[in-house]
Amino acid sequence: MASHRDLPVGLVNQLFQNNGSSSFTEFMSSYAPELLPRRDEVLATPIGDQVPHATTIVAATFAGGVIMAGDRRATSGNVISQRDVQKVFRTDDYSCMGIAGTASTGIEFARLFRVELEHYEKLEGRTMSVAGKANRLATMIRGNLGMAMQGLVVVPLFAAYDPDKDEGRIFSYDVAGGPYERERFDAIGSGSIFARGSLKKLYRDGASADDMAMTLIQALYDAADDDSATGGPDVTRKIWPVVGVIDADGFRRLSDEQVAGYVDQMLEARMISPDGPIAPLR
Amino acid sequence: MSMPFGYASPEQIMRDKADYARKGIARGRSVVVLQYVDGILFVAPNPSRALHKISEIYDRIGFAAVGRYNEFEELRLGGIRYADINGYTYDRSDVTGRGLANLYASNLGRIFTESIKSLEVEVVVAEVGETKDGDAIYRLTFDGSVFDEHGFAAMGGQAEAVAGRLKERYRESMSLADALEVALAALTEPGGERPPVAQLEVAVLDRNREHRKFLRLTGARLERLLAQTTQPPASPPPASESPSESSESSEPPSKGSAGSSGSSGDTPPPTGPEGPVDDGSSPL
Repeated sequence: MASHRDLPVGLVNQLFQNNGSSSFTEFMSSYAPELLPRRDEVLATPIGDQVPHATTIVAATFAGGVIMAGDRRATSGNVISQRDVQKVFRTDDYSCMGIAGTASTGIEFARLFRVELEHYEKLEGRTMSVAGKANRLATMIRGNLGMAMQGLVVVPLFAAYDPDKDEGRIFSYDVAGGPYERERFDAIGSGSIFARGSLKKLYRDGASADDMAMTLIQALYDAADDDSATGGPDVTRKIWPVVGVIDADGFRRLSDEQVAGYVDQMLEARMISPDGPIAPLR
Repeated sequence: MSMPFGYASPEQIMRDKADYARKGIARGRSVVVLQYVDGILFVAPNPSRALHKISEIYDRIGFAAVGRYNEFEELRLGGIRYADINGYTYDRSDVTGRGLANLYASNLGRIFTESIKSLEVEVVVAEVGETKDGDAIYRLTFDGSVFDEHGFAAMGGQAEAVAGRLKERYRESMSLADALEVALAALTEPGGERPPVAQLEVAVLDRNREHRKFLRLTGARLERLLAQTTQPPASPPPASESPSESSESSEPPSKGSAGSSGSSGDTPPPTGPEGPVDDGSSPL
């Protein structure tokens, strides 16, 4: 496909041509298609097991916002390929996404999605609605279905603060797209079943951001406890989960010191009760 | 030597185009861009809330324009596409104001020479750096000339008069409130009334912000800031207290030199060109 970047720069260039769409991806697909994630490749053999995989992401809402946390492990088959990979990404001032599945494709998606959201915001002069953002991400994931069938699966978890409702919202996806809006909390990745079980018992409606951060750290620990592909907090190397908080003030990533504080508290309690907090029976 | 019928010399054509563009640009209101201690401030009197004269291009880059809305809007959209593509292709730190200014310059220059009508726009591309030495303000005129401004820039409307007042009052490393005060004083004709809050478009590129430095100041935040500006900065009296426009022209040279510490060139501030502003007599 001929790329229009070869044209001389001028208003004849597509850069200055209004194609009626505010989508960065749509513009790129005609301007420089080679830069977008490839969707039409046919791999001789599925390579799913040979590339690093990102594992567990958890997210939960709290009073006036949403919080997302991810462990730091990437695995290739049974080998730990990276101990400090980052899987939770800020996508704009009021949203973030976490990735599970093929790490490289997921990182590429997060990068493209961020540009996509900001591109719209700058062109239109308004922030895209939360539903709009979730739908846009669904289209991107749907476009990856061909690659997913060959082993390059990416499944994101999307969280955003909705200024109209003054609350956090969580959307999950499957390989064919989505979005599925989730009430209260959700988890994705290999350790998600264990994390979800933990969250089910620990989640409190109307909790503060501080309490909910602790809840997510507990859930990640429970996931790491039972899932070999999920990394627990690495106390010796001081590698802590990535925790992102979104509320009316926007997205902020908790500092390593803050997360280390939660982890220390949790480990101390687990020295006495190794399975973590015990939910009341009645 | 006989001239073919309808012949016009290239000089004449260029001069006519330049006159046409200048008149168009001078019809609108001025926009002021200036450095303050934490970055760059944009101020534009703009009665419309929907049609912006100031906007974000990229993480560290802002855009301000005067002239025909549809023409500079095209430039703005193209600039955003250029920045987003480069940031996506390489890294977000690889998008620079200089690159964008060059893209605009080549486009404006091409249109000025090749089209019947040049664009009736003047734009500022401003980039905020890690420190104030890294800040850059590029002013581009309709013919594609690029001016690397130091500290401040004014364009549109009675640009020379505004730039003069700005130069007189501008000091390095002003606080945001002081810088806003200076900008408003420069935008107000001597003895004139300041534009009401509802008709002000104000934005900053604040180097202390994370990720995206551009921030629009609107509503309560802007009013609070304006409340701080009621105490004008120490040195110059606000323009509204100047008795007449003659005070503009007979300013003491010391004031000019104090203001020009960060400004380009050593030309004295222009002296009150009131009335029909830009008659096109100045060289390109």
